[in-house]
Amino acid sequence: MAFASFAEFIAMGGYGFYVWLSYGATALALLALVWHGRAASRQLQQAALQQAQRQQRLARRQQQQQQLEGSNQP
Amino acid sequence: MWRWLHPYAKGQASYQLLGRWLPWLTGSALLVLAVGLVWGLLFAPPDYQQGDSYRIIFIHVPSAMLSMGTYTGMAIAALVALVWQIRTAEWSIAAMAPVGAVLTFISLITGAAWGKPMWGTWWEWDARMTSQLILLFLYLGVLALYHAFNDSRTGAKAASILALVGVVNIPIIHFSVYWWNSLHQGATITKFAKPSMPPDMYIPLFVCIFGFMLMTAAFITQRLRHEILRQELHRPWVQQVLLNSPVKEQ
Repeated sequence: MAFASFAEFIAMGGYGFYVWLSYGATALALLALVWHGRAASRQLQQAALQQAQRQQRLARRQQQQQQLEGSNQP
Repeated sequence: MWRWLHPYAKGQASYQLLGRWLPWLTGSALLVLAVGLVWGLLFAPPDYQQGDSYRIIFIHVPSAMLSMGTYTGMAIAALVALVWQIRTAEWSIAAMAPVGAVLTFISLITGAAWGKPMWGTWWEWDARMTSQLILLFLYLGVLALYHAFNDSRTGAKAASILALVGVVNIPIIHFSVYWWNSLHQGATITKFAKPSMPPDMYIPLFVCIFGFMLMTAAFITQRLRHEILRQELHRPWVQQVLLNSPVKEQ
């Protein structure tokens, strides 16, 4: 272990601000990438749901149309 | 000879193959990165000149290497997409560009935070830093072009051309510290010589580089899976994947 105490570890020999700035910015950037991936997957699911609902609506309308045509022609 | 590769030009086969890789890539990336970073931050000895500030190297060097590696991979995918018109190759451009851009951003910001205490300046318009900044703009340009067209094939073609033209920047970044006078030091680890560091320092650095490789691969895999779903959204298999397993898919 290169450090004697936790306070020394945080201080990084006087360079604490720069070291933790680097590691913090890196963590934030990577978390943003993870979050963006999650958001993309939620969007995909929503799009799929909408598409499925649209298809169901279309199918129902077609069925109704067929029934109407059936009743018009005795 | 390349027959076995043919099914993966189709979306579904690629999606499933990538899905088998993803948990292994994610798990090993987290593990290797944790080992490398704890080793580098806690157990590696301080530098005799730079003290503890050099510990930034454990993210600066891996992110910079992977930013260039990802660009090279993206350019190869662009070539494949332009020559053989393989859709999966086109989509992988969209998967690699954002990951590469974030890696480039990390290398720039950690470089600035390292430059301030060591060189006395956050930023200098010298060859290494300027060419790395251009790499960031290339990534953003590829990403913008890819999504700029209503027809995704046109966008992919435009993005491919920019990615291929931009590859000229990669050797410029690599050799910039030798071709021009730069504040930036030369390579610490090269393929041809022993590293100019003791093993106490370069072993954790190698672990971190390997961890960043795995992490980059995991991010690209996840994003390529999303892009496949996005492009084939109208296909029945995608509907099945997205609607039957809302929890599993992430």
